[in-house]
Amino acid sequence: MSLDLTAVSVGAKGGAPLFAAITLRVEAGQVGTLMGPSGIGKSTLLDAIGGHLAHGFAVSGRVALDGRDVLSLPAEARRIGVLFQDAMLFPHLSVGDNLAFGLARSIRGAARKVAVEEALDQAGLAGFATRDPATLSGGQRARAALMRALLAQPQALLLDEPFSRLDADLRAEIRSFVFDHLRARAIPALLVTHDASDAEAAGGMVVQL
Amino acid sequence: MRGEGRALRAVVAAVLLGGFVLPIIAGFAQTGRAAFGVLPAIGANEWSLAPWIKLMGLPGFSTSLRLTLVTGIGSTVLALILATGFAALMHSRLATTRRLLTPLLAAPHAALAIGLAFLLAPSGWIARILSPGLTGWDRPPGLATVNDGWGLALIVGLLIKEVPFLLLVIGSALGQLPVREQLAAGRALGYGRGMVWAKVILPQVYPLIRLPIFIVLAFALSVVDMAIILGPSNPPTLAVAIVRWFSAPDIALILPASAAALLQAAVVAGAVALWIGAEKLARWVGLWWLRRGGRGLASGPGLMLAGGAVFGLLALGLLALASLVVWSFAWRWSFPQALPESWSLKGWMTPGNGWGRALKASLVIGLATTLASLTLAIAWLEGEDRARRGRAGWAQALIYLPLLVPQIGFLYGLNVLFLAIGISGGMLAVIWAQMLFVFPYVMIALSDPWRALDRQHLRAAAALGAPPWRRLVAVKLPMLVRPLMVAAAIGFAVSIAQYLPTLFMGAGRIATLTTEAVTLASGSDRRVVGVYAVLQAGLPFLAYGAALLVPGLVYRNRRGLQGGAG
Repeated sequence: MSLDLTAVSVGAKGGAPLFAAITLRVEAGQVGTLMGPSGIGKSTLLDAIGGHLAHGFAVSGRVALDGRDVLSLPAEARRIGVLFQDAMLFPHLSVGDNLAFGLARSIRGAARKVAVEEALDQAGLAGFATRDPATLSGGQRARAALMRALLAQPQALLLDEPFSRLDADLRAEIRSFVFDHLRARAIPALLVTHDASDAEAAGGMVVQL
Repeated sequence: MRGEGRALRAVVAAVLLGGFVLPIIAGFAQTGRAAFGVLPAIGANEWSLAPWIKLMGLPGFSTSLRLTLVTGIGSTVLALILATGFAALMHSRLATTRRLLTPLLAAPHAALAIGLAFLLAPSGWIARILSPGLTGWDRPPGLATVNDGWGLALIVGLLIKEVPFLLLVIGSALGQLPVREQLAAGRALGYGRGMVWAKVILPQVYPLIRLPIFIVLAFALSVVDMAIILGPSNPPTLAVAIVRWFSAPDIALILPASAAALLQAAVVAGAVALWIGAEKLARWVGLWWLRRGGRGLASGPGLMLAGGAVFGLLALGLLALASLVVWSFAWRWSFPQALPESWSLKGWMTPGNGWGRALKASLVIGLATTLASLTLAIAWLEGEDRARRGRAGWAQALIYLPLLVPQIGFLYGLNVLFLAIGISGGMLAVIWAQMLFVFPYVMIALSDPWRALDRQHLRAAAALGAPPWRRLVAVKLPMLVRPLMVAAAIGFAVSIAQYLPTLFMGAGRIATLTTEAVTLASGSDRRVVGVYAVLQAGLPFLAYGAALLVPGLVYRNRRGLQGGAG
């Protein structure tokens, strides 16, 4: 698996692009990093790749997953996961139901529960299935959010400053937790961050916007 | 991707156009034709100005017009002054007074008006409490304290409904401003509290509450149910006179009545234009006043007066609602006694006397209009989401349209069309006509919380492979349960309170709690009227109660959705 951006740029429809077009290849298990000043359009670029662009914005260039062009697909068909600054666990669902939300339909019956339990176990959240997400700590929420994203079996993952709300110790811990999982599953990822230590830990190529 | 939700938006647009815009335009067109002499159904086929000439000559016409202007504009100006004065005094505690306001906001106009009549009438509760000790009356005095010729009782009734409404919108406008800081800054420059309020805060609040003020103005000028119960009766206000002419045995009166209905619309438009002119003047005078730099340390007494008047109104309103309950359980209650001498459940034990059927009709119509309006609102908002765009200005205007044009201007004309297609007098016609007024409130109530929903939750759901329908059903709607319930409760309350749409479209065959209560209000046994009015006021309460209770129960284990969300 690899994530390929070819001459990609975003901007207001009919307006100038927000930044010079970028070309970038992220191999399976690698984490590429996008850095740049606030407001330059890093998050907008992630929106474009994930299929979440707001009305009035347009993307140019080509985004491909393993050679498969995704820009013409709706977000839900791209198989590109996202982690945000906040974990964005659905507040009306239990932790277990949050994880099961992304699980493929082909996994049925008891197997769904088993898959969720396993994922919780890997995240150090064994026994948390029935908990209210609002009662989790920041680190627990971040790990649950990663597990939810991974259960959907994404072919790439977008990381929209997911560590910026965590304090320094937790930040390093969650960061390596996320990167280890991505490497183990050979998923290419693209990280947007302001923090040089994030980029360093990611270990992949760094693009300055 | 660009076509996302196009089919949904097309359906919503078609329903709105066919179900809302066309009926209003067609209703006005029918009324307009009749106003100029053409109403084939009664054999009138000649275009002419005769209906207008006849209207001018109808007994009491000019008095009715004057009463409408005085009560409508007077109550709106007074309500605005009182509400802003009260807000200036109480702004830091507005949230706590909101509890006091809720019953008055929820109670339909008709129920409140009936309660107020029970309270203020010569034989009403206040006279009974004061007599004979303070007044020396041992029988009701011959005073016109309700239905007085100046429309004072009507103005008081309107104020009791409008001041809480304006306080509500002022409260939410203040929430968007740094009031505390600006007050501190102003007072540090030597301005008194009231002056900072008038010169700094109010000019910022006003643009945010302008549209609600127009709605209040339009409503006060064309209200029918409250004006029948509290207003002068002979001649009544213009809107009431029009209803009487439309339903008079002499069908020739329909033509001048139609002319008057158009005039009613023109009165509202003229009053709004006048108001806008006054705004310009106020701005000019206000700037001149502001630039003189007067500090006005002595503005306190004026504020106190406004605050006292508002508390008085709130007390009257709450007492009025209480008097409904008291009378509905009263049995023997002879005049100067402060409370009934004996109590009884008789009024409540006999639903067969009519209130059972009226209650059922109100419930069926209320639930149907609420469900249909809620569905349409969800479809509209979901269509906007899928197009990933905000609302166009014309669409926003479309929502407010039915709240700004007087009902009487087009409802009679619309009923002529309903007669032609054969649905007049049926449930469908009443539900359809009520939806014209229920849907806007549901849409207004739901729009902001819908947009405030964190879009990243939806992106997360899409990234997990959830298509639009699943995002709607599994993420959006469950997260929005609280505002959805509140919007439904508001819609239900608006439906229960509807008078004219039920009266005209029901063609006398459909009786709801509201139409029955208004009909019985004058001259009937207060114990019977009390039952109707308590039910009419009680249903919206139950709906609001359920709207607060149900989400709390469903999400009792979900801290993230308690209180704050929506």
